[in-house]
Amino acid sequence: MLLKLLFAKEEDIPPGSATIFFGYSAIFWFVVGTGLGSFNAAKLAFPDFVTGTEMFAFGHMRQVHVLAVILGWISMAFAMTMMYMTPALGNTKLWSEKLGLWNCFLWNIGLSLGLFLLWIGITSGREYSDLIWPIDLVVLVAVLLPLGINVWMTIAHRRTQGIYITNWFFGACTFMVMVTFVVGQAPELFNLTGLTEGYLTFWFAHNVLGLWITPVAAAIAYYTIPKLTGNPLYSHRIGHLHFWAIIAFYSTPASHHLLSAPLPEWLKSFASVEGVLILIPAVAFVANILLTMKGRWSMFVENIEIKFSVTGVLLAIPLNMQGGFQQTRAINWYVHGTGWIVAHAHLALLGMSTALEIAAVYFGLQQMLRRKLYSLALANFHYWFYIVGFCIYWISMTIAGLIQGAGKVYEVPYIDVVVAEHPYMIARWVGGTMVFTGNLVWLYNMWMTAREGTVLPKGRYSHELAYER
Amino acid sequence: MAGQFQKHKLGAAGIGGMLGLSMCITLFFPSFDFRSGESTWVGLDKTLSNGRVIGFSYEDPLVRGEGKPTTVVLNKDPKTGEAIDPPIRAYVYDAKAPLSAGVRHPSNMGPTVGKLSIEKGKIDQANDSDPVVFTIEATDVDGEEWHYVNNATVNNGWTAEAVLNTAGAESQYLIGRGKTVYITEGCWWCHTLLPEHTQDWQVFGTPPFLGDFNGEMPTAFGSDRKAPDLLHVAARNSSKEWMTMHFFNPRLVQPNSIMPRFDYLWGKTDANGKAIDFSKWRAEYNDYVSGKTVHPPEVPEYAPESEARALIDWVLMSLR
Ligand code: HEC
Ligand code: HEM
Repeated sequence: MLLKLLFAKEEDIPPGSATIFFGYSAIFWFVVGTGLGSFNAAKLAFPDFVTGTEMFAFGHMRQVHVLAVILGWISMAFAMTMMYMTPALGNTKLWSEKLGLWNCFLWNIGLSLGLFLLWIGITSGREYSDLIWPIDLVVLVAVLLPLGINVWMTIAHRRTQGIYITNWFFGACTFMVMVTFVVGQAPELFNLTGLTEGYLTFWFAHNVLGLWITPVAAAIAYYTIPKLTGNPLYSHRIGHLHFWAIIAFYSTPASHHLLSAPLPEWLKSFASVEGVLILIPAVAFVANILLTMKGRWSMFVENIEIKFSVTGVLLAIPLNMQGGFQQTRAINWYVHGTGWIVAHAHLALLGMSTALEIAAVYFGLQQMLRRKLYSLALANFHYWFYIVGFCIYWISMTIAGLIQGAGKVYEVPYIDVVVAEHPYMIARWVGGTMVFTGNLVWLYNMWMTAREGTVLPKGRYSHELAYER
Repeated sequence: MAGQFQKHKLGAAGIGGMLGLSMCITLFFPSFDFRSGESTWVGLDKTLSNGRVIGFSYEDPLVRGEGKPTTVVLNKDPKTGEAIDPPIRAYVYDAKAPLSAGVRHPSNMGPTVGKLSIEKGKIDQANDSDPVVFTIEATDVDGEEWHYVNNATVNNGWTAEAVLNTAGAESQYLIGRGKTVYITEGCWWCHTLLPEHTQDWQVFGTPPFLGDFNGEMPTAFGSDRKAPDLLHVAARNSSKEWMTMHFFNPRLVQPNSIMPRFDYLWGKTDANGKAIDFSKWRAEYNDYVSGKTVHPPEVPEYAPESEARALIDWVLMSLR
């Protein structure tokens, strides 16, 4: 079916095809990625679980988890939302469904290949830039560029006067992630070495979060919340404050990841100060969205998309509070390199971004398939397994991080720290496995929606119909 | 207001300008600091022992540690036979090993070190396709001691073959290949190579200096510490026997460790060419753990061409 569409004429491809293929690919990678996460967590809790084979060693699997969730789930879900939100907000259709489908197809192939190579140990050895440079080029040419072109051309061909804030984010972030990616991979392409390499690795790691993952997730909320509640966005100006503050402040604090490396002191201090300023876009975003919810808070209980979206927005509060302060030197020395940071990373990715994306994927798929969600009960099951599992993960790793921090400050023999962390490692595995279980249910639910969901009448939105199961 | 002007054009210019400014501050300005960093002995030792690139590269597409130099410890001059005391390290590049990043681009080693290495060290006379031997020499510049890279093949007349023969098999170390194992096996997801200057001095030792990384790729600092920092581990514990047991199965020496077993790095055969029976070993080990036997099974001796050997060479020689 995909093959037929790939070679069909543009006019013959039903609108929404790209959204649908991206949506199901994203959910698929979400299941794979969280499954791998749960496997890794089991290995850290029980080191002799599946032992002694190169292929299933922790060091071979960890980066596969991280890149499967970032490039597979997070980024594909972004692509999926861009495929339907950008045209909807420009009152037009997607510039090219065909490009979107090819994008999705090559993305899946390139990612599978890259992850396979990483798995067997063919790596560049740079955190978050682990993919070897030929695969980096594939990502640039077959993944990021076509996505960007489709978004930019759709915005340029819009039939509205202004550009809504979500599209500002989409257009800018697809561009900035490309710049970030090219700069970040430069050490491999041009054989840059030493501290330059170390610094660029974290320049990339920081900016891919700050200029891609968190802002695009926020942009999604600017669409879903007003759309589903029927309330207009509280303030488009505050939205713009958020947007410009992200570009100004979030693109600079990369070196706060390397406060203990011998980087120039001025650079570290600059990064710490800029890092605190991240609170400006963060507060603007959270306030703007929560004020938009005014009068419609009952939907937080009744509507599954709003439930996920608002959860994501609420999680942005602790996320940015942690982020702003943990990177100052006063706090960083205690938590650096501990499980606290792992908890924070999952708060950003598995918490805030994922929750906002899940909502958008639920909504977009129902809209494009023109079918009502198969089962609310299963969706609620997904929600509760996701949120309880995430909270267990986050709390247990935060505690583990504080133990590690105390261990390093008081110079406790390392092995005692390992022993003290053990219960929390088990808790993390339990929590992560709950998230994974919830995702399996979600995949089933969306599968059934495509096959058996009630067909939406013309001109109706899915959330206007009552749930049936 | 909206729609009076071409919003997206103005916006695009604004985004470009702001991103450009932030890249100027975070990339262009620091590049001056990076370029002025002078390589220390540690930095020179790393770049010479690691070779061009660790990880995926032309010379090593499968990341098996191909095309890496051999580091040897010399206690006599291979040409004249004179004793060298204390012994020094020499870095032997055979015809298959491309030159290291530092030698390839001397400016990587810092302005002064790069200049000394060319003027005194004659490193510009080395090339990728001929075997060559390097050493690290010290010299005085304005009353200060500087280390630089010396092309021993040109300056001392040492051929690669003579150096390897003089040192003998027991003084040859596969450091570059060992670091490759560290990268592919993902040790750096648990360990760091970066003691923090706020509190790690007592336990993990001195944090690295500015010039300790020139020419190293990748640096693999590690961001997420679930295990001791390794930058100076061989200074705390230089026992090859301990390392051997610990890599084969960490729980032989540290029952509470969560470090994975790396027994597969031994390969198929041991030092005597005998096939290693892993399932038998594991069965015997399980008996030991469950209390059925008193002693754990013997850890097989690793073969000289095994990955375990390279990894232990790197740990004991580089992480001091
Ligand atoms: C799952 C995480 C993990 C991975 C992966 C891992 N280690 Fe470890 N390692 C540990 C822990 C925990 C300890 C401390 C307990 C112990 O001594 O076993 C340790 C201890 C060590 C020590 C002794 C440190 C000391 O201070 O005495 C060395 C050396 C070491 N590891 C090397 C390696 C190498 C080399 C690799 C890769 C081949 C590796 N480790 C992979 C977790 C890990
Ligand atoms: C969409 C969901 C997820 C995303 C985006 C995500 C992302 C990440 C990232 C970025 C890291 C690196 C963290 C760091 O180095 O600081 C990581 C590590 C990890 N993740 Fe996830 N993750 C997700 C879900 C899960 C789940 C469900 C589990 C199951 C338990 C899990 C288990 C782990 C483990 C065990 C690690 C290694 C942590 C360590 O090295 O200490 N993740 N993940």
